[in-house]
Amino acid sequence: MPDEKSFETLYGEMEEAVRQLEAGDLSLEESLALFARATALAEQCNALLDRAELRVRQLMAQPDGSSAAEPFESWQNG
Amino acid sequence: MPPANIYSVSQVSAYIKSLFVSDMLLADVWLSGEVSGFTQASSGHCYFTLKDAGAILKSVIWRTQARGMALPRNGDAVIVHGAISVYEQGGAYQLYVDHLEPAGVGQLWLEFERLKARLEAEGLFDDERKRPIPARPVRLGVVTSPTAAALRDILRTLSQRYGLVDVILAPTPVQGDQAPPAIVAALAALNRWSAEREPLDAIILARGGGAIEELWAFNDERVARAIAASAVPVITGVGHETDFTIADFVADLRAPTPTGAATLATPDGRELSAAVAALTARAERQLDGHLADERARVEGLAVRLRRAAPAARLATNRQRVDDLSRRGALAITNAVRQQRARLRGEGLRLTALDPSRVLARGYAIVATADGAVVHSVAQVTPGDAVRVRVADGAFGATVTTDDRR
Repeated sequence: MPDEKSFETLYGEMEEAVRQLEAGDLSLEESLALFARATALAEQCNALLDRAELRVRQLMAQPDGSSAAEPFESWQNG
Repeated sequence: MPPANIYSVSQVSAYIKSLFVSDMLLADVWLSGEVSGFTQASSGHCYFTLKDAGAILKSVIWRTQARGMALPRNGDAVIVHGAISVYEQGGAYQLYVDHLEPAGVGQLWLEFERLKARLEAEGLFDDERKRPIPARPVRLGVVTSPTAAALRDILRTLSQRYGLVDVILAPTPVQGDQAPPAIVAALAALNRWSAEREPLDAIILARGGGAIEELWAFNDERVARAIAASAVPVITGVGHETDFTIADFVADLRAPTPTGAATLATPDGRELSAAVAALTARAERQLDGHLADERARVEGLAVRLRRAAPAARLATNRQRVDDLSRRGALAITNAVRQQRARLRGEGLRLTALDPSRVLARGYAIVATADGAVVHSVAQVTPGDAVRVRVADGAFGATVTTDDRR
């Protein structure tokens, strides 16, 4: 999950692809490729938006003074 | 001698009362003192004595005022507001109370006002200091009690609006003496995490509703300075709609409640879905348009191709062949005509050369006795017998003389 692109990034890339499509002066192959890319990005965006499970972690102080982030689940049982 | 004026008790009492009522201080006065002898009658009216070391003041709280108040207990140090007037039937002056609060709270509010003024003068509340909250956060920090309802409200709101956001919780007590240093430590820990491990887009600092003393940690100077020093923008959601703490003034953004803070921290997922759909629609329109242009271009090419195609050429050739045929036919016809004409010419000449036609013109053919045609005088001598043919027959003749030329 940390390697996943953020919604911000994906949406920005999709905007850029559509902008290029609209800028015109493209061959049909280029248009089709851009359209395929925009559609794929839209799917990724929607997959993110459809995610209902909130990822919650709790900061814990470690013995060596640093912090770690452990999963925090108990809020849902309330 | 008798006195000039003898007043009744009522008259003098009324006069004394008018002195009290017209006194500006006594008509609108704040007092502090200790409560004793507090009772509430069946009528609902409250009676007590407000006292200090040197004096006492009989006090009344009317039923209607008492309903909106947290009533004091004997021994409580209180701050009251009201008017001092005269109860003529009792021959006493009394304080009629319209506001009462524990003395400690009054002190707190004084401190609050002083701290607020000081921090404001330092510029900690300035609008220019407030940073914008990112519209589509990747990661949020949350500082609140791990057991209270506020945390559940925040997390549920985040789930519903924008479930893809990553949340890091730094739990702390949010009331009592240990709260301010714990909140300061939590803010520091989240800032360190943001700087060293995973960046945070904002921190929500929240606690649910409560009495003024319960919210007091958020009026603490240490908490205010920690918020001001936070590199990560802070959104506060403390208490109820009408509660304003010093933390709220210093924060980058203030929400009226914990749920409100979660709402302000995130975009509405449904609006984002709509935005993605709109982008997809734009892309589709563009592609449709491009395909239509391509179709038109190909159509144009097809038209040109049809004109240049072999089928077309064949048709042209056929026409050429037809042309040639026609011309050829014409040529032949002409040639034949010419031949005929020539032949006719020859025919005419031939006809002209036909012997019988010659004879018909008066010419004769002379032949010797042995049948040889005489064409020269050398062939005969006078006295030879010759035959003379003419058009319609022949006769014998004898050569008499010759005229050699």
